[in-house]
Amino acid sequence: MNARIFPLLLLPVTASAQGFAGLGADSDGFSTPQEPAIFDFPSDHGPHDDYRIEWWYLTANLEAEDGTPYGLQWTLFRSALTPNGGEGWSSPQFWMGHAAVTTTDEHFVTERLARGGIGQAGVTAEPFEAWIDDWQLTGLDFDTLQMTASGPDFAYDMALNAQGPIVFHGADGYSVKSAAGQASYYYSQPFYDIQGTLSLPDGDVAVRGQAWLDREWSSQPLSDDQTGWDWFSLSLGDGKLMGFRLRQTDGTFYTSATWIEPDGVTTAYPDGAFDAQPLSRVSVAGRSVPTQWRVTLPDRGVDVTVQAINDAAWMDTSVPYWEGPVTVTGTHDGVGYLEMTGYE
Amino acid sequence: MTKAGLLALLSHWRRNPVQLFTLVVGLSLATALWSGVQAVNAEARASYDAAAETLGEGQFAQITSDIGTISQADYIALRRAGWLVSPVIEGRLDGVRLIGLDALTSPGGIAPVGLNDGAMTIDMLTAGVLFATQDTLDNIAEYGVQTVASPDVAPGVILTDVGTAQRLLDMPDVLSRLIVAPSRPLTQIPLGDVMPNLTLRAPQGGSDLGRLTDSFHLNLTAFGLLSFAVGIFIVHGAIGLAFEQRRPVIRTLRALGFPLGRLVALIGVELLVISLVAGAIGVGLGYLVAAALLPDVAATISGLYGQSVSGTLQLRPEWWVSGLLIAVGGTAMAAAASLWQLARMPLLASARPRAWAMQAGQGRLLQAGVAVALLILAGVLGWLGSGLVAGFGMLAALLIGAALALPVVLDRVLAFGAAQAKSVMAEWFWADTRQQLPGLSLALMALLLAMAANVGVSTMVSSFRLTFTGFLDQRLASEFYVYADDEEQALALRTFLETRVDKVLPIQSVEQNIRGLQSEVFGPTAHETYRDNWLFLNAAPNAWGDIENGVGAAINEQLARRADIDIGDEITFSGRSFPVLGIYGDYGNPIGQVIVTKTLFEDLFPAVSALRFGIRMDADDVPALAIELRETFGLAEANMINQAGIKAFSLSVFDRTFTITGALNVLTLAVAGFAILMSLLTLATMRLPQLAPVWAQGLTRARLGQIEIIRAVLLALLTAVLALPLGLALAWTLLAVVNVEAFGWRLPMFLFPLDYARLAGFAVVAAVLASLWPARKLARTRPADLLKVFSNER
Repeated sequence: MNARIFPLLLLPVTASAQGFAGLGADSDGFSTPQEPAIFDFPSDHGPHDDYRIEWWYLTANLEAEDGTPYGLQWTLFRSALTPNGGEGWSSPQFWMGHAAVTTTDEHFVTERLARGGIGQAGVTAEPFEAWIDDWQLTGLDFDTLQMTASGPDFAYDMALNAQGPIVFHGADGYSVKSAAGQASYYYSQPFYDIQGTLSLPDGDVAVRGQAWLDREWSSQPLSDDQTGWDWFSLSLGDGKLMGFRLRQTDGTFYTSATWIEPDGVTTAYPDGAFDAQPLSRVSVAGRSVPTQWRVTLPDRGVDVTVQAINDAAWMDTSVPYWEGPVTVTGTHDGVGYLEMTGYE
Repeated sequence: MTKAGLLALLSHWRRNPVQLFTLVVGLSLATALWSGVQAVNAEARASYDAAAETLGEGQFAQITSDIGTISQADYIALRRAGWLVSPVIEGRLDGVRLIGLDALTSPGGIAPVGLNDGAMTIDMLTAGVLFATQDTLDNIAEYGVQTVASPDVAPGVILTDVGTAQRLLDMPDVLSRLIVAPSRPLTQIPLGDVMPNLTLRAPQGGSDLGRLTDSFHLNLTAFGLLSFAVGIFIVHGAIGLAFEQRRPVIRTLRALGFPLGRLVALIGVELLVISLVAGAIGVGLGYLVAAALLPDVAATISGLYGQSVSGTLQLRPEWWVSGLLIAVGGTAMAAAASLWQLARMPLLASARPRAWAMQAGQGRLLQAGVAVALLILAGVLGWLGSGLVAGFGMLAALLIGAALALPVVLDRVLAFGAAQAKSVMAEWFWADTRQQLPGLSLALMALLLAMAANVGVSTMVSSFRLTFTGFLDQRLASEFYVYADDEEQALALRTFLETRVDKVLPIQSVEQNIRGLQSEVFGPTAHETYRDNWLFLNAAPNAWGDIENGVGAAINEQLARRADIDIGDEITFSGRSFPVLGIYGDYGNPIGQVIVTKTLFEDLFPAVSALRFGIRMDADDVPALAIELRETFGLAEANMINQAGIKAFSLSVFDRTFTITGALNVLTLAVAGFAILMSLLTLATMRLPQLAPVWAQGLTRARLGQIEIIRAVLLALLTAVLALPLGLALAWTLLAVVNVEAFGWRLPMFLFPLDYARLAGFAVVAAVLASLWPARKLARTRPADLLKVFSNER
């Protein structure tokens, strides 16, 4: 696996430093998200090749029968080098898969890279199938999925069943990312029940829990003065909370959040309503990364402490970032996932 | 005080500039030869590394197919079964090797091309970019694809994306093989369950092409080491002499209260500076040596092994460092004994220089003992040892043992000469020569090693040439060879040719894996050409007859040695087993080869048809036929091989090899000659007390000078006579031990008496040249100086 090459592909031709992983690059020639967002399912579960970047991003909080917590990640990224392109090997579409399992004291990560156009990786909307090499996320429809991934030291095989509807972030799925108006199409399926088997160096573990699948695509999701983000997906008993803050070069933040009722009714919160503040930092992979947070959404009476289950959940992939399961305490108790990018 | 001490020490060099010159030049020459040879080797290796890195050969396991290609669908199926494989496609574009890789999945990227330019990477993946050296790019036509000159790509290779390669080679959805990344996902499905028709091959490790050429490099390295040893003899002599002559200075300094530790440190620093300066000069000279040699080495290697080496030299930092280190290390080695003696010297030791020249004579018994022990060790290693290390250990023991034995043997020979002397003059001559021996022994050892190296290496190269050209006569038995591009053309060619020539011999071959080794199976037409020309090294009775009846197979020596196959053993391919009936020499072929009869071959591999033909015809008609083929079939020049052309090319390759060895021979002999010159010059002043009485008794100075030259010639001749068996032993070790270990085949050894006589002649010339100046100096010694000897004695 040639991990050095992928960031080069994410970086646009003229860029030197334009946001995390080149996500602040110009969208020249690519389509850009427009308001109002109008979705067409199931075809929108499939790829949108005319947008620069897109992902199918699944995280799960799991528990073994003895109560031991685990975290799991299955992600497929699509990145287009150019807006138009050839067939076969000349296709400008590139795919990157990340899979991880987090335990309280270990974090297993593996990565796959693939060219588009040759069948090594891709997504079809109906029947739904997302794959890269031997990893797959498949089902007759989006509600019932089978998921596998395998690395040199771990593997998993999971079954997912949606217990609620798909929810849309921002303005019905048009999610604004900066004051300058950069935006993405963004929806989630946060209601999956998940069960299956983790294969770890110490043996197989039967687990069950909750999974959250994010779908997002855009051509310029960040503005060029944004350096990274801190993203939370929390299950809080009386509801679920998706919130993120985008860090800007001038030290300010752009925040956004969605409150999701158990029946799937959502409330979107504009910049400033949601807040997340680091409480303590740890040194991971030679960087200082906050793994304990105070997260507040006053409108819903949320004031909680979010604590990583394993501080060392560093994704040592070609585009490195932190991604791991968390526990929530305070006004609400629960579990969730935290993603932090752009920590140098 | 330190400054005063330093000045006192340095004054020695001011008074003895020739000694300083000897030291610096000796060390520079030693370093130059060593680092020059190393540079040539390093440059050639860098070229192979680039090639190996490109192909992932050696490092990574590979998946191949019996039919030679793998479909792209099979590649995807393997990826989806958890095999982290990466595609490789290979072909020829305008006669240049084109390799397509997938940078995203290849474990080594598309090394050696460093991709750190985003725009270039995108272009490479989507539009196509060809990476190659400028020379290579100049040899291909315009394909509407961007080209980038990249000096790190192996010469004669174009690297590009797999998709671009498929397009340019017009091989859509086809791959040549797959590289397997070391990482294996837990749930990987066994290969046999996914693709039973594909074969997983373990990394080839050291058995690839690079290893073959190692033999050549090892020989060069041995040469470099010998040259360095010769140089260090000179340095050792110069440093020993300087220490002896500085004894009075040292004693005086010590008596004045100069601390011993500081004195040793000062001398150490002085030697360090000298060795660094000499080392720098040596590396510079080495660069010149390497630059002069490299084009020849490159041509030799590409001619012999089909490996391209870039013919240009790059100044590599590691090369500077190793050159300086070897100079400093060599000086330390040469000076260690002298420094040790200085550190232990009693404060009021005699300031009178000991007869330095006689010092080497002491401990002669010990020296003889060590020499005998080393020679025995060499014998034991040759008898019992195996492997390259044992081979080189044997060489080292043999050479050092012989060098140490030289003074002892010469002493006995001179004693014998003295016993036979009839006249007073003759008796004095023998005795005086014997008396000088200790002072000259270091220089003579250097001469011995230089001569032995020359005899050894030229024997090896000449034997190689004789064997190889003989082999070419055998192997390229047909006058003309034609390669078709495809089956259709092959059929047309054959029909066309059969009416025009004596006999068309189809050459059909297929790649097979035999005992885990990549090999080629050939099915030649039964024809007297083969029966007459392919001689077995080892064979069962009636081997050709049985092979023609399809009972068994013949294999080449490479396969026999690497897979440890003997006559009568069974080999398996295409699902059937065959006894090995004959083993034939196949010089220079990197891979194994198997020959079965044509009917059996067609039975085993019905899908393979011959694209190559050997043609028996009148050699004079070949050029006309070539023109006809070119005009009728549009056959490219590369598709036609004129046997006479190949032979001429091979011979020119050997001639270049001779140029290299010749140049190295001259250099080592020159170094040895220089050692003799310096020893004689040093001895000249010391010997006045011995010569003055002879002069006083009536021998003219001119006569003394002549005797000086005669003595040098005599010693050189004696040394040459002793060097001959040593050189032959060296050649035997290179051919029968080192070659087998490195190449996988043994070369027969031939003797070249005329060459040896010429070498002895060179040695004598070197000795005469070296003694001319000292002799002339002696002949012109002022009588007053000679007389002074007597007054000094009183």
